[in-house]
Amino acid sequence: MEKTLATTADFHDEAPLVTGNLSFHDITEIVSSHTEKKTPLAWYGAFTLALSGLMLMVVMIAYLFWNGTGVWGLNNPVGWGYAIVNFVFWVGIGHAGTLISAILFLFRQQWRTAINRSAEAMTIFAVICALVFPGIHVGRIWAAYWMLPIPNQMDMWPQFKSPLLWDVFAVSTYFTVSAVFWYVGLVPDIATLRDRATNKIRRRVMGVLAMGWTGANRHWRNYEKAYLLLAALATPLVLSVHSVVSFDFAVSVVPGWHTTIFPPYFVAGAIFSGFAMVVTLGVVARHVYGVKNIVTIDHLEKMNIVILLTGTMVGFAYITEFFIAWYSGVQYEQYAFTNRMFGPYAWAYWTMMSCNLFFPQFFWFKKLRRSIPFMFVISIFVNIGMWFERFVITVTSLHRDYLPSSWDYYTPTAVDILTFVGTFGLFFTFYLLFLRFLPMVAVSEVKGVMPQADPHFYDHSGDGHAASHEIDVSTHSE
Amino acid sequence: MASMSIYQAQEDDVYGVLAEFAHPGELLHAAASVHEAGYRHFDTHSPFPVHGMDKAMGLGNSIVGWITLGGGIAGLALATWMQWWMGEVSYPINISGKPFFAFEPSIPVMFELTVLLASLATVAGMFALNGLPRPYNPLFYSRNFLRVTDDAFFLHIAASDKRFDQDSTAQMLRDLGASNVETIHDHGEED
Repeated sequence: MEKTLATTADFHDEAPLVTGNLSFHDITEIVSSHTEKKTPLAWYGAFTLALSGLMLMVVMIAYLFWNGTGVWGLNNPVGWGYAIVNFVFWVGIGHAGTLISAILFLFRQQWRTAINRSAEAMTIFAVICALVFPGIHVGRIWAAYWMLPIPNQMDMWPQFKSPLLWDVFAVSTYFTVSAVFWYVGLVPDIATLRDRATNKIRRRVMGVLAMGWTGANRHWRNYEKAYLLLAALATPLVLSVHSVVSFDFAVSVVPGWHTTIFPPYFVAGAIFSGFAMVVTLGVVARHVYGVKNIVTIDHLEKMNIVILLTGTMVGFAYITEFFIAWYSGVQYEQYAFTNRMFGPYAWAYWTMMSCNLFFPQFFWFKKLRRSIPFMFVISIFVNIGMWFERFVITVTSLHRDYLPSSWDYYTPTAVDILTFVGTFGLFFTFYLLFLRFLPMVAVSEVKGVMPQADPHFYDHSGDGHAASHEIDVSTHSE
Repeated sequence: MASMSIYQAQEDDVYGVLAEFAHPGELLHAAASVHEAGYRHFDTHSPFPVHGMDKAMGLGNSIVGWITLGGGIAGLALATWMQWWMGEVSYPINISGKPFFAFEPSIPVMFELTVLLASLATVAGMFALNGLPRPYNPLFYSRNFLRVTDDAFFLHIAASDKRFDQDSTAQMLRDLGASNVETIHDHGEED
């Protein structure tokens, strides 16, 4: 038998990446139409809710600026509270997008094409939410620019030996590179919207954003190389970002923070939480926007496998920390970890343990990891669990100082909680705008991984449809 | 300019001949034949990159990588110089007797700026090599060409090519199985 893509693909894939026997035009239509139709009422409803959340955040920040950080629940041993917890939480969520867009690209995981656009959008918006906190937590807000090496009349420069400054560079680089990477991926798809535009203003706006893209092969040649290089640069970058975030803790001498396991453990946790968020958002979006043939149940199952894997890695890291604390023989370390498990914050610790280590284990069962309602619930649990992980690390380590006289209990105030709730408003405001105005699936990339995109697919009277490679459609589109 | 897919129109405004092919397989075959026939100022246009097209068109490896390398070296140099100058020269502060400048604590920022400048150089270099942004393109005069970002596959031979002849070039494309063969005029204004 001649070697065609259809036959070679049978060896690699258990199922086609795009189901429903769609043509190239169908893909364009399914994705683009959502940005072109009249805005649905439900979108306005969701957007109002998100915008209210954003306003809440703005009001809380204004209140904070007016009064100072005393409105937060910080106390003497616990000088780091919600601000750092939320920062790490949001940065971590961002990591899944880069993993999908860059690392899976390098590993030639073609299933990523269905979800990379929305996951990258999630990355960018999550990092924006994260960047809010270092910006507002400084107390003297008018001095926030000291974080950056900006020439000033005092002739002062930042202190480059501080991990907090490394963090500034890591997260801002991460944001910039993610945004640029995302835009590069968007250019061919914005050109699609430009060519479909029916009114002049839309054609102009999309025309400017598409930069005059014509799908020329002389352009694709440089484009693909640039895309590959960006993926190759983003891969070590994403691993470095959460490593540097973990240095904020690990470089200190606080028991429970000062451990070498932190960088890999933070990175695994970041990917874990990010994938959970991708599943949470993806399950809803594919249902609402009717893209079930592009974001198939197989895609979701693959993500659940990643959640199972990284969740188990994180759980393993928790246990390793305990072992090392015991094995080190350092009583401060041993106390810090026993106190986590049975001390005043035991409730937070066990929430974290059950959400992150226990619940994902259900994904060992194929039936459960292919069940939409079940995976949705688990993904929410993981989001909660990963927030609590950062809470446990930050607060339980701080609230028991070396001196028992300074021990205290940290409780967040309403301002703390509402600011955090408000960041979800910020996130969803951006995310809803993205869903409304930009192609939520990478159209050109999805087309590129369809069997009929391979020039050799036509060596045997292919008709331009995926049917020859299609396994029973009914079993793969739920 | 030809490497950017930008061509000079002839005196009579003729920019080139645009032909549509049914699918990527035909386009690949046509591109190889056109290249074999000695044409150099031509390009294929497709909704996604077609595998093997660079070879069929006789194009070598993209040079974007060298621009990336340049950006990366610049970022590394900038980060090293910045941390040394700020910490050692301009604003030295004694912290626990640590050296004012040392490589070990400088590595994270060196890494980040290397990646940052390499990435920005990659994207800027890619757009520059492609001659983008280019809002005006004579191919946009073709109604049919609107489908290039959807599901249509085109081959365009520019009038600036030495072998270009409006009739014989169009005939050759038809012989290769093209449909909708049309001559593109460069009016130089919006339609």
